[in-house]
Amino acid sequence: MPAKNIKLPNERGYFGQFGGKFVPETLMPALAELEQAYREAQAEPEFQQEFLRLCRDYIGRPTPLYPAPRLSARSGGATILLKREDLAHTGAHKINNALGQGLLAKRMGKSRIIAETGAGQHGVAAATACAMLDLECIVYMGEEDIRRQSSNVFRMKLLGAEVRPVGSGSRTLKDAINEAIRDWVTNVEDTYYLLGSVVGPHPYPMIARDFQAIIGGETKEQVAATYHRLPDYLVACVGGGSNAIGLFHPFFDDKEVKFIGVEAAGQGLKTGHHSASLVTGRTGVLHGTRSQLLQDSDGQILETHSLAPGLDYPGVGPEHSYYQETGRASYVAVTDEQALEGFQLLCHTEGIIPALESAHAIYYAAQLAAGLTPEQLIVVNLSGRGDKDLDIVAKRIGVEL
Amino acid sequence: MSRVASVFQPGRKALIAYLTAGYPSREATVEAAAVLAAGGCDIIELGIPFSDPLADGATIQKASYQALQGGITPQDCLEIARRLRREIATPLVFMSYYNPILSFGTEAFCRAAARAGVDGLIIPDLPPEEGEELGASARKHGLDLIYLLTPTSTEARIALVAEKSQGFIYLVSLTGVTGARQTLPAELEDFVRRVRGKTAKPLCVGFGVSNPEQAARVAQVADGVIVGSRLLELITEDSSLAALKSAVSGLRQALNK
Repeated sequence: MPAKNIKLPNERGYFGQFGGKFVPETLMPALAELEQAYREAQAEPEFQQEFLRLCRDYIGRPTPLYPAPRLSARSGGATILLKREDLAHTGAHKINNALGQGLLAKRMGKSRIIAETGAGQHGVAAATACAMLDLECIVYMGEEDIRRQSSNVFRMKLLGAEVRPVGSGSRTLKDAINEAIRDWVTNVEDTYYLLGSVVGPHPYPMIARDFQAIIGGETKEQVAATYHRLPDYLVACVGGGSNAIGLFHPFFDDKEVKFIGVEAAGQGLKTGHHSASLVTGRTGVLHGTRSQLLQDSDGQILETHSLAPGLDYPGVGPEHSYYQETGRASYVAVTDEQALEGFQLLCHTEGIIPALESAHAIYYAAQLAAGLTPEQLIVVNLSGRGDKDLDIVAKRIGVEL
Repeated sequence: MSRVASVFQPGRKALIAYLTAGYPSREATVEAAAVLAAGGCDIIELGIPFSDPLADGATIQKASYQALQGGITPQDCLEIARRLRREIATPLVFMSYYNPILSFGTEAFCRAAARAGVDGLIIPDLPPEEGEELGASARKHGLDLIYLLTPTSTEARIALVAEKSQGFIYLVSLTGVTGARQTLPAELEDFVRRVRGKTAKPLCVGFGVSNPEQAARVAQVADGVIVGSRLLELITEDSSLAALKSAVSGLRQALNK
């Protein structure tokens, strides 16, 4: 399952100068225990087989790679292929990581699972995996996100999880992570922290990437089966960056394949109301990892904005910062307005309602395709479905539900 | 011997007090520090407020938030330290999350802190594995970089921190965040003895300590006690600082017994 083509991170958890373990001492032994348990699980064929079996029977993998003819025609250039993570169980790619880490927690004998969530997609995925694996699940979620994503809150509760509102700071994803870490520091002996993206201290960026790399691994086989070649571009939205790394990572050594990560430019990069940590940030340490960050001149973390709650995060996974620094990937930013355009474009051309997060990638891919030829292949990670976003979109386009 | 290390003398248990710089105002921090110094505190920890204090409980979170709302910056914290250094002789230690220091520049920050008269640094989200860069600058400018140990620390980690920590070792009494607690863990004494077996460096216990009884218990086994959240609560409750003064006096007496 995991891509073994590059030896990153190094043994200290670094991707170049990014990554590491910047956590309170209380958690250092827990991180070491987690890493050891993960390496043992990775080396055990039964664990891998169980993960792959559940990916097939429970998540519904492999997810299709759908050549989108009307979207491609409308864009007027390259052939756009959609990796349909929206068709995975629970409606987003988050379940891949939640299931993998749930199995790992079970193997480690941890009975209490905590998780953070922004849009609620990881919270739903964690609650789902925990229900299926018979684990207690507590999800920290910012009050602002609870307001924006109430249907996901209800889903988590239906699945038996306890949702704990977080009222500190900006009351969004970063504050939910702070609170989850505080819980973990307090209950570290019996608690497993199921982190939902490729962020946080080592080994989380590695573990979440490896479980998400199934996306890119399948894509590679699917493109090869139909087109007998590699794709030209991979495009994915980036908040913390797990769906993007999952798609990109297995192609790391295929230098002819270009990676493009699409961040949230929110109301516009110049307004300061955005979440584009790679495009506009500078290096710092947040939530245990050294990476590109949105911070002020005093090193205080800035409040972020995106219409897509899943992109509303001031940091980004350290592997992305490394890809950016080395030029392996390029990163761009798409505004709320443009994402809404991408959202409606996909609805109208293909009959698919994308998550607002994924709509950022759709918009950019459509722009990119216009300047290319039909022989060129763009794979877009359609990381989630948009049902959760209907209230937000209705409000933005002035429709009363 | 550093100013921090010289605090630890036979027969005296150190009282270390924490204040969030700029809470509830810059002026109040300076006044509170004077009360702490006069009341027999041996080291004052000055917290540099951070937007995301993930090792802190509700009290210090609120104090940090308010201080930031009041516009406090790391430069202001340096200025407060400079003022305190002129007015009191008590050793000063900065407590800060790593990002504000990284943003300032580790070398520039250590130089500025040393010039302001600061004696050491405590960085709760910087384990020794990540402390090479800051450690080199701190050494160069004569600042003690004080590391933490917790009840979860393994024998190997105790040995590592014992080797790297300068001035003293900060023992976190419990698995959790900062904040006053009614009771301290039953295993506290065992934890302190476990560390004592590995090092001759002074051991100070913090997190959860809020009253003279707890301080006296800690002093039975450790070289010093660190009190933070409770002091901030008293500053909030009584801006005349009379309650703070009385609490410090009570803690000092408990340690002198």
